[in-house]
Amino acid sequence: MKLLGKKYPHNFIIGAVITGIMLLLIIVGFFYTPYDITKMDSASKLAPPSLNHLMGCDNFGRDIFSRVLKGMGNTFVIALLTVLIGAVTGTVVGALTGYFGGWPDEILMRINDVLFAFPSILLALVFVSIFGTGKYNVVAALGIAFIPSFARIVRGEFIKYREMDYVKSARLEGVGTLRIIFVHILPNTFTVLMSSLMIGFNNAVLAEAGMSYLGIGVQPPDASLGSMLSESQTYLLSAPWYAIFPGLMIILLVLGFSLLADASA
Amino acid sequence: MKYFLRKFVTMAVTILCISFLVYLAFDIIPGDAALAALGTDVEPARLEALREQMGLNRPLIERYFDWLCDFCRGDFGTSYKYNLPVADMIASKLPVTVIMALISFVIMVAVSLPVGIYTAKHSGGRIDRIITIINQVMMSVPHFFMGIIITYVFGMVLKLFTPGGFVSYDVDFLGFISYIIFPCMAIALPKTAMSVKLLRGSCIEESRKDYVRTAYSKGNNTSRVLYGHVLKNAMIPVITLWGMTLADMLVGSIVIEQVFNIPGIGRILLTSISYRDYPVVEAVIVLIALVVVVANFCVDIIYGIMDPRINVGAE
Repeated sequence: MKLLGKKYPHNFIIGAVITGIMLLLIIVGFFYTPYDITKMDSASKLAPPSLNHLMGCDNFGRDIFSRVLKGMGNTFVIALLTVLIGAVTGTVVGALTGYFGGWPDEILMRINDVLFAFPSILLALVFVSIFGTGKYNVVAALGIAFIPSFARIVRGEFIKYREMDYVKSARLEGVGTLRIIFVHILPNTFTVLMSSLMIGFNNAVLAEAGMSYLGIGVQPPDASLGSMLSESQTYLLSAPWYAIFPGLMIILLVLGFSLLADASA
Repeated sequence: MKYFLRKFVTMAVTILCISFLVYLAFDIIPGDAALAALGTDVEPARLEALREQMGLNRPLIERYFDWLCDFCRGDFGTSYKYNLPVADMIASKLPVTVIMALISFVIMVAVSLPVGIYTAKHSGGRIDRIITIINQVMMSVPHFFMGIIITYVFGMVLKLFTPGGFVSYDVDFLGFISYIIFPCMAIALPKTAMSVKLLRGSCIEESRKDYVRTAYSKGNNTSRVLYGHVLKNAMIPVITLWGMTLADMLVGSIVIEQVFNIPGIGRILLTSISYRDYPVVEAVIVLIALVVVVANFCVDIIYGIMDPRINVGAE
């Protein structure tokens, strides 16, 4: 398929369309939802999907479509913050250790290995059991858990670039070390960083949904895709749509980004 | 041998670091075993006396080593909430979680090997394209949603099992397996998709290399080249993924246990977190981390055996 004079693979186009629609829904959800997400209506308890309620209603008669919109927004913000914390810290750590090497590199990489061996959900559970439940604790925990993977990737890139001729000549011309690191080398790592950002984002979405499903992420009555799935299980036989729509949204969100990540790798 | 030793030392150090960090983390929280035993409205003098008696006033490092020694002997402390030894609480539940993780692992390997090889052999064909699409979607499904779908399809529509009707392995082993197979599918399917994709890509990449052309020119047919030469090299990244997923599956079963209402390690962990029953949380987390690190170690060793270049590079 040809677009704007450039040929893109099918995966990229499908991924871009899905991600575009999802982002649009999320942005709309920030400003407008068809119904108030906490408004209960006993007349439409577990109502099936209809024109009034696109995705039906939950066990309190709340509109599922509105809650899905808000829940996606929550998931998106949490995943974005998580990835930003992980990527920014990881990039700085990886850049400095990769560029300078020596014993700080050795020590930080050992710490990295330890963190890497520790499953992120488990780290988040430790965090939550110490600091209590809530979305900001989840963000902090997952953010820390994401640092090692970014640090590792950026460090590898910096080791590759630090001996290159253009870096040597910059050094000879008296360019400052920090300038070399962040202005001369860092932009070269962007292609690698971009695809790991998208993969990281997907992992964050899945981890957040899992945490909310367990009831330790976003707290009710605030909406979240994970906690909606956990509530929907009781009514699975009488109202399968209650489970299907939030689940579908998670799948689409992750699928869109993973198609984009595949195409850009 | 040197490689093995080096990996072994790394593993031991990692385990020590993790256990110390976890111990430290739970040590910082206000409230300790003495406070938990006596309640919050006790006079400070009695509390202090009990702390002295329980040895809670000693320096952190000393207490950590005591705790570590106890841990190695299988004494994980006493639960605040139930006043039972943590080891007893965990012992009966641990097999459930471990068996689940192992069955999921077997499902993943058993499905992804033939499917991955088939799609690599017939890449570009119609079946390959269909499987690739299914794969891409599967990888995006969170395993607990997969669990919900499986509950709906197999439990409620096809009635192959009763959702919530878990039987323990010591009561009815066959009933246990026939229930547990469904949560295992939920854990295994997304991982299977990932490993099919990796195996397919890795086989295709390997088969472009020079040694493959040499093997063909010696008169081998496609199957002999694939099974005799390509597969061995193509498996290396796949083994790494499998090692990482074994850990993921163990942690994944914490969530899946909630979907299928299975009283395993995950249930204990979550209830103890909500009751702030720290000795239990501590023990479970260190145990899971231990399994994860040991699994990584095994992968490194298998890696070294499969790819002698790594061995040479280390020495």
